[in-house]
Amino acid sequence: MQHVSPIREPLVTGGKTYHDITEDVCRQVEAKPNPRWAAAFAISLVGLAIFFYSVYRTLWFGIGEWGLNKTVGWAWDITNFVWWVGIGHAGTLISAVLLLFRQKWRSSINRAAEAMTIFAVICAAMFPVLHMGRPWLAYWVLPLPNTFGSLWVNFNSPLLWDVFAISTYFSVSLVFWYIGLIPDFATIRDRATGPIARRAYSVLSMGWTGSAKAWSRYETVSLILAGVATPLVLSVHTIVSMDFATSVIPGWHTTIFPPYFVAGAIFSGFAMVLTLMIITRKVFHLEDYITIEHVESMNKVIITTGSIVGVAYTTEFFIAWYSGVAYEQYAFLNRAFGPYWWAYWSMMTCNVITPQLFWFRSIRRSLTATFIISIFVNIGMWFERFVIIVTSLHRDYLPSSWAMFSPTMIDVGIYVGTFGLFFTLFFLFVKFFPVVNMAEVKAILKSSSEVTHTSADTMHGTEKELNTNTHTHHRHE
Amino acid sequence: MQDRIKYWRGIEELENTPEFAKHAHNEFPEFLPVKETSADGSSSGKTKRRDFLKLMGFSVAAVSLASCEAPVRKAIPYLNKPVDVEPGVANWYASTYFQNGNYNSILIKTREGRPIKIEPNPSSKLTPTGTSARAQASVLGVYDINRLRTPLIKGKEAEWEQVDKEIKARLGSVTGKVAIVSSTIISPSTQQLIKEFGARFGSFEHVTYDANSASGLLSANGGVVPGYDFSKAQVIVSVGADFLGTWIAPIPFAKQYIKNRKVTSGNPNMSRHIQFETALSLTGANADVRVPIKPSEEAAVITALYNGITGQGSAGNTPAAATKALASAIKELKANQGKALVVSGSNDAGTQAMVAAINSALGAEGTTIDTNAPYYVKQGNDAAMIRLVNEMNTGTVGAVFFYNANPVYDHPLSAKVVSGLKKVPLKVSFSDRVEETSALADYIAPDHNYLESWNDNEPRKGYLSLTQPVLTPIFLTRQMQDSLLNWSGAGGNFYEYIRNNWRKIASAGDFNKFWEQAVHDGVLENGTSMMTVNNTFTAASPVAKPVKAAAIEAVLYEKVAIGTGDNSNNPWLQEMGDPISKATWGNYVAMSQKMSEEMEIVQGEVLKVTTANGTTFELPMLVQPGQAQGTVAIALGYGRTIDSMPVAKNVGANALAVATVIDNTILYTGPVTLEKTGATSPIAQVQTHHTIMDRLVVQESTLAKYKENPKEVTEYIRLATHEGPAKPATISLWDDYEYKNHHWGMVIDLNSCIGCGACTVSCHIENNVPVVGKAEVLNRRDMHWMRIDRYYSAVEHEEKDYETMEHPAENPSVVFQPMMCQHCNHAPCETVCPVAATMHSSEGINQMVYNRCVGTRYCANNCPYKVRRFNWFAYFNNDKFATENYMMNSDLGKMVLNPDVTVRARGVMEKCSFCVQRVQLAKLEAKRENRRPKDGEVVSACAQSCPTEAIVFGDMKDPESRISQILEREQGERAFHVLEELNVQPNVTYLTKIRNLA
Repeated sequence: MQHVSPIREPLVTGGKTYHDITEDVCRQVEAKPNPRWAAAFAISLVGLAIFFYSVYRTLWFGIGEWGLNKTVGWAWDITNFVWWVGIGHAGTLISAVLLLFRQKWRSSINRAAEAMTIFAVICAAMFPVLHMGRPWLAYWVLPLPNTFGSLWVNFNSPLLWDVFAISTYFSVSLVFWYIGLIPDFATIRDRATGPIARRAYSVLSMGWTGSAKAWSRYETVSLILAGVATPLVLSVHTIVSMDFATSVIPGWHTTIFPPYFVAGAIFSGFAMVLTLMIITRKVFHLEDYITIEHVESMNKVIITTGSIVGVAYTTEFFIAWYSGVAYEQYAFLNRAFGPYWWAYWSMMTCNVITPQLFWFRSIRRSLTATFIISIFVNIGMWFERFVIIVTSLHRDYLPSSWAMFSPTMIDVGIYVGTFGLFFTLFFLFVKFFPVVNMAEVKAILKSSSEVTHTSADTMHGTEKELNTNTHTHHRHE
Repeated sequence: MQDRIKYWRGIEELENTPEFAKHAHNEFPEFLPVKETSADGSSSGKTKRRDFLKLMGFSVAAVSLASCEAPVRKAIPYLNKPVDVEPGVANWYASTYFQNGNYNSILIKTREGRPIKIEPNPSSKLTPTGTSARAQASVLGVYDINRLRTPLIKGKEAEWEQVDKEIKARLGSVTGKVAIVSSTIISPSTQQLIKEFGARFGSFEHVTYDANSASGLLSANGGVVPGYDFSKAQVIVSVGADFLGTWIAPIPFAKQYIKNRKVTSGNPNMSRHIQFETALSLTGANADVRVPIKPSEEAAVITALYNGITGQGSAGNTPAAATKALASAIKELKANQGKALVVSGSNDAGTQAMVAAINSALGAEGTTIDTNAPYYVKQGNDAAMIRLVNEMNTGTVGAVFFYNANPVYDHPLSAKVVSGLKKVPLKVSFSDRVEETSALADYIAPDHNYLESWNDNEPRKGYLSLTQPVLTPIFLTRQMQDSLLNWSGAGGNFYEYIRNNWRKIASAGDFNKFWEQAVHDGVLENGTSMMTVNNTFTAASPVAKPVKAAAIEAVLYEKVAIGTGDNSNNPWLQEMGDPISKATWGNYVAMSQKMSEEMEIVQGEVLKVTTANGTTFELPMLVQPGQAQGTVAIALGYGRTIDSMPVAKNVGANALAVATVIDNTILYTGPVTLEKTGATSPIAQVQTHHTIMDRLVVQESTLAKYKENPKEVTEYIRLATHEGPAKPATISLWDDYEYKNHHWGMVIDLNSCIGCGACTVSCHIENNVPVVGKAEVLNRRDMHWMRIDRYYSAVEHEEKDYETMEHPAENPSVVFQPMMCQHCNHAPCETVCPVAATMHSSEGINQMVYNRCVGTRYCANNCPYKVRRFNWFAYFNNDKFATENYMMNSDLGKMVLNPDVTVRARGVMEKCSFCVQRVQLAKLEAKRENRRPKDGEVVSACAQSCPTEAIVFGDMKDPESRISQILEREQGERAFHVLEELNVQPNVTYLTKIRNLA
């Protein structure tokens, strides 16, 4: 068993016992819906309705319902796509990379972060399909055997790489998340009283017995999946960035994009995790599991990636000047001082300046400040993608084709609607799934809880209350 | 005989039981075991539950299947195949387009009996290459769903017999003058017919007026337009005459003009062109020197030229801005005796008399003016028309006929025309629809469309041509000439009438042979003339009458596409970007940047324009670089409010009230006052950024430099490599395509392109490109596969920062660049399509596979030339576009679609295909004859419709082809690729523009 220095801040506070963890996490699953949850869920459903309406308009009448034009062929659609994919990155990073690095603080947040990844990727995946002129033929981008002659997909196209990247990412994330959920589902199953719940969680837990062999396999699979998912953290956004980097458009054709996009993705993902976590811990009273310590750790990631992104912005400008290419130079000057200057400076303010406030410990540890800054980062990162896509396209090579883009209500509706979709899924998740990984939190309880730091004895007194599925002590003893 | 082997359907057949025999004739011997309810309703006969379900299941399935059926659309095959009509094979007929001064000898392409495309008639000497945009678009006129389908009596549908009976009766008892009012008629037979028709009346007059009159010019030149020949002119000075765009005969003029504007290093000579004008016209945009002047200064400019060249009169006060240019113009004109030409767009007889004197003094007669071959395309006599209007008001006119004339809409005295018409007992219109004038007529006897008519034409003395019908009349219309023959009692038909007329000029021998040859060629240009000109004008003394100066002087002008409004129901023309302003769908008040700043008006703000006579109308403002200070320009031909022109309805405003009528002369200028209304109405431009931002997209140089060293007029981009600067095309990661058979390419000579836009309309028609309407153009979603980029030079500024580069100069030089898919050999679009819907052909064409396209638009984003167009909506069978795009939304309109080109579905990308259907056709025809396609057999639609042959299309693999020879000649001199540094290796090559700057 690992030993954790007592100097470290505890990861679980409030003198929780194994049983307390089970109780705290299962409470919202088993209890009647919390009115605040119900209200939030209702709002999400309204968002979902907006989504369906906007999608209906798009599918029924055509992409002309959006604000795109002959010069700007992508705008909010791909902005939203990249933004949502980026959001998802934190989940994978937290669950996979931090697992490999044995960062124990991840245990209490990884479940929600992974769920967020999956829902974000679902939202993201809407856009590559919806942005197509003929989405009913979306399956043509898959290299399926077909009867259209010798037709095959174009492996040169970064958009095709995207298809592979996103679908791989989604499947791996989903499996990873689900595997992690199985022991917790079993816990709920065993506690369930109603026949439907028992049946449902029984199916979801896939007959988990909690035997030592099962745990051993669970651990192995988690480790393997973490290994598989880790390169995805880098690859997905690298490939997304190649949609732009491999093109010939000034402002897109940039070799810096892969690292810059990955950093940006982690940056925005952590911000989104924070936004959601701060709400969740409050609504479900999980302050003892998601502590200030967690928030601070994540803020440190934000300030790091935010600074990387800031350096990237500056580097782009420098390279544009250094390249001596007039088109490139104009593209960047146009970003900062052209008709879309406000988008650029919103991006700079939100992404580069605000996260620097986290150099102050008090701000780093303030929930309110963190919440506000996390929102800023989310906004800033949306603008980053908007700036890259729209300001590069709207004034490219031939001045005769220069045009402006302005969104329609349908553009806005789809974006707002994906929030509806996201939160509908998220609220369903927090209501019916264990929002904190009970099994793993129990695993760190001995080494990292407040109790451990004060008196280890109390722990043993509660052991008999442990649920049959909580085998953490077996594992560690 | 061998026993047949017998097979049985089953053991039952072998046994052949009585049971089997009973059902053997039924195809399906087993029946659905459904028991029917017995008549007495006994329980044994009750339908079982299972049977009920079976029946219900079957019925529901049948009913729902039936409801899935698509609406029946009938295609009627030929029962007896007409001679000459081969499904899938086009027939071509020579004919003539003439409307409102715009003449084109044409070939009409018909498919399965439907005219679908208009091309120039190479047999013509007047217009052998190219057509005007209006001629191109005129093919749609015959399919206009708003044409009258029967004659009307007092607005009610009627039979022709009834109409004939009533009109004959009323003509028999007519008292007072009988008048036929028409626009210019260039048909000698029609003119003669009208004369004969009028002979039986005591008082008859055929009054001709043109909506954009040239009376002044005619009066100074004996009732005809002088036989200008720009091809002989080395120095051209034009004062307000837009001879390349709209003035007199733009297509022949453009052809002549360009002859001395094309340069090669072997012959580096160019004519010199100086333009004085108020609004920036197409001609002004092509001039070497352009001086903006006010209408009130025009007389002074002409007088100064007159004085400088003839030495008569006094020079007077010339406008300060024009002094220098005038001095040099006079010097250059004088130095080019017999090679100089001065033209003026003024309608003032005195001014034109001065111009005639100037030309005479310059020795133009017999050189730059062919005195033996004047033009007849403008014959309107303002004075005669005004007199008739007055007579109508005094009640002395007994009957009036309107033929191709709509004075209520397009005559400045329209109010008087309306009041006068009330006093005319018999009013007959030959209009094809209920328009402003015909709505007031007692009878509308709708004329055929010209594609349904016979006619002869003489646009210029000695240049005869024929118009022949290419389809059976669609509606119950009748040619105007046939109506006249009927009403005059002469009988017969006009076809015979023309033939009889032509017998007089026929060469000896078989007339039928002669006639057939003439119909086949469409032209007879051997110098024979049939037109007799009655000079009804009184010449004026050569004194230019100055227009009164005003704070804001307005000029009226014709747009290249819309003209004076005859074609305003044509969506192709409405959507064609104005060559200069690039605006579509509407007119506007054009003013200079400086003036708009002074008046604090921004583009799109709606202004209330008040004319001298107090009439007001409202139009948005457009900032027009090159517009003379203190003046505004407004286009004619807009502001239709009639229901029979739904496309044009409420598009723009009718600005004719600006025109002033002084002493029987209509001047298309007048003082106006402008007032802000507070409203805004955005102007739908297809191009909204107007300067080139110091980019090497269009290359231009001067004649002096070109003469000095033709190898230094074009800047070639070289990329730095470790082996020194290299041509971008030599640096490549990829293997190049190998073109084994053909390699199609295009060369565009920027020196020859005058920017008229005929190619863009031609492309639209050839390729079934949808028209999207004003709202969608405002959304920047026009579908033009090819466009003409127009750039203004920017403000001269020492520090070249991006801010100043964005502002066009007050009097900019203008450059046109036709832009379409460049068919890159390293196409950026091809690599990014995930489904390989756009790919390279083995002949160098970048192909778009509509079927395969899923519509990601990645290709369009990655196109550096931004030539790809996306189908944002379904443009066909979609009520949203039913008006603007009726060619794809009504059964009749669809007749004009090119059956060789797919109508693209919603959600797919489209773009220029190098007219691949034409390439394939030429290859197939050559293959059938077991040979290779010859150069010139494959011509893209844009190249074919170009009046100045600026676009050359051909096989770059064929060393004998024109394109290969041009490329070989111009390599290293004027040939360049746009954005060469990207190494996309376009198959379209441009030739540097050369300006003849002093």
